[in-house]
Amino acid sequence: MIMIFGIPGPLLFGQLLLGLINGAFYAMLSLGLAVIFGMLNIINFAHGALFMMGAFAAWMLLNYFDIGYFPALILAPLLVGAFGIFLEKTIISRLYKLDHLYGLLLTFGLSLVIEGLFRNGYGSSGMPYRIPSLLQGATDLGFMFMPNYRGWVVLAAFVVCTATWLIIEKTSLGATLRAATENAPLVQAFGVNVPRLITLTYGGGIALAAFAGVLAAPIYSVNPNMGSNFINTVFAVVVIGGMGSILGSIVTGFGLGVVEGLTKVFYPQASATVVFVVMVIVLLTRPRGLFGKAA
Amino acid sequence: MFGFSRPQLIAFLAMLALIIVCPFVVYPVFLMRVLCMALFACAFNLMIGYVGLLSFGHAAFFGMGGYVTAWTMKVWHLDASIAILLGGVTGGVLGLCLGYLAIRRSGIYFAMITLALAQMVYFFCLEAPFTGGEDGIQQVPRGHLFGFIDLSNDMTMYALVACVFLGGFLLIHRIIHSPFGQVLKGIRENEPRTTSLGYRTDDYKLIAFMLSTSLTGIAGGTKALVFGIATLTDVNSSTSGEIVLTTLLGGLGTVFGPVMGSVVMVSMENYLAQFGAWVTVTQGVIFMFCVLAFRRGIIGEIGNFLKLKL
Repeated sequence: MIMIFGIPGPLLFGQLLLGLINGAFYAMLSLGLAVIFGMLNIINFAHGALFMMGAFAAWMLLNYFDIGYFPALILAPLLVGAFGIFLEKTIISRLYKLDHLYGLLLTFGLSLVIEGLFRNGYGSSGMPYRIPSLLQGATDLGFMFMPNYRGWVVLAAFVVCTATWLIIEKTSLGATLRAATENAPLVQAFGVNVPRLITLTYGGGIALAAFAGVLAAPIYSVNPNMGSNFINTVFAVVVIGGMGSILGSIVTGFGLGVVEGLTKVFYPQASATVVFVVMVIVLLTRPRGLFGKAA
Repeated sequence: MFGFSRPQLIAFLAMLALIIVCPFVVYPVFLMRVLCMALFACAFNLMIGYVGLLSFGHAAFFGMGGYVTAWTMKVWHLDASIAILLGGVTGGVLGLCLGYLAIRRSGIYFAMITLALAQMVYFFCLEAPFTGGEDGIQQVPRGHLFGFIDLSNDMTMYALVACVFLGGFLLIHRIIHSPFGQVLKGIRENEPRTTSLGYRTDDYKLIAFMLSTSLTGIAGGTKALVFGIATLTDVNSSTSGEIVLTTLLGGLGTVFGPVMGSVVMVSMENYLAQFGAWVTVTQGVIFMFCVLAFRRGIIGEIGNFLKLKL
């Protein structure tokens, strides 16, 4: 058996993989938060609740309509994204002229309502969601056994994050989006329908959260609290990365997941708090965040 | 006196009368809960209403104050006054440490940082041996005040809680109307301009944060003493959210708003407790309603209607 720093190799790699998976969720959620914040200037507190809705959508599609995992991976984000667009059109758009704090408070209230409703309907114990048969089993990588589904989650998250980054940085739609983030009235003067762009951005960010929710469904049991368990850590990730850059939130998300995984190997008691400790260090040395721009 | 305007003085006297009369009509333990939450909300309001910083982590100070008071009462058998004071000191010291980090950013970042730091405190409380983990610290004796006043009687305890609340309320009012408070309002309105007048705004913000968290610790300690229990619920981020809602509902930046807010919130929780998870849904709906259509809060709307500053 390979030993690394006195730790058995398979244990170290196993925790690294778990860390990467958590990191994948941090990355997808903080990416959505960053995109939404850029356009709407709102911290979407309901992000965790909508992530949870993504997982529930997958579960409902399977149990009520007999629609499997892979179609749900497309359908659930579309459904929840449409719900997000509905929310933006009806409620959130009323707050753009007010202090940003009101957006935070409103979405916080929203998350309480959504989570409360799901808790009423499904209890808080959680329901299992089976790993699709195609992704069951494990692969021998030589230095460790990797459960196929976990590998798939990391891969899928990586692809989706890269795709989002490419769309925003390399396409003309992304260029318009970035321009509207910088100066919305000017972009509107060029004939771009900025309000529609904002709505689509919110829908897109929510769809990303829901996609993460579907990926999470077979790993964590589907329960109403799964979002709020994640979201507090994701806020710390956002503070560490800074809201300035898309790539920054992806890198920070994955990186912190790995840090968390490694802490579990070397000093398990601190694994729940290590992200917050990193946040404290970053705040002391670089208050704007690792990738943040000066305001 | 204390910088009350005439209408505020009338409102204060009315509140005082209610505090004296109510325990003979309403269940005192319920009132004590209202007063503890009211002090908590007033302390929170000092930050959001007068410095303009929204803290989403005040539960950390409330819960830790409660733990320290409960632990010192149960293990060291201290006098109740000293135990409550130690709760306040805990809140203040913790506020100094966390505030030092959090005031480096403002606006939504301040909210996110306080939320994350409070979450760290929560995980600490979950693991630390002295908090009793999931069980909390139970069966805390109420003990004696100044060595000779027995607090096991609800009415005596109520008198203490009322005094603590009034002391905190008046202190906050005095702070707001002091020159120090004027600087805080200056920071809220325009921080760069306040800096250019020669004030070290970061110091002012940190001191205000410490005052707020000290009073929050006292509120937490008093509550732990009343109910004889300190648990993880009080450190949880849901408590932070609840106090934001309480203050918003009563009226941000108003003197009596937080008190009114806690009367409504505690009554609602009492009434809705039997409906389980519907409490969260109702709170969420009220939250959204307040933000969309009722941003001044109850007292703010009344004040606006009467053209008074309450």
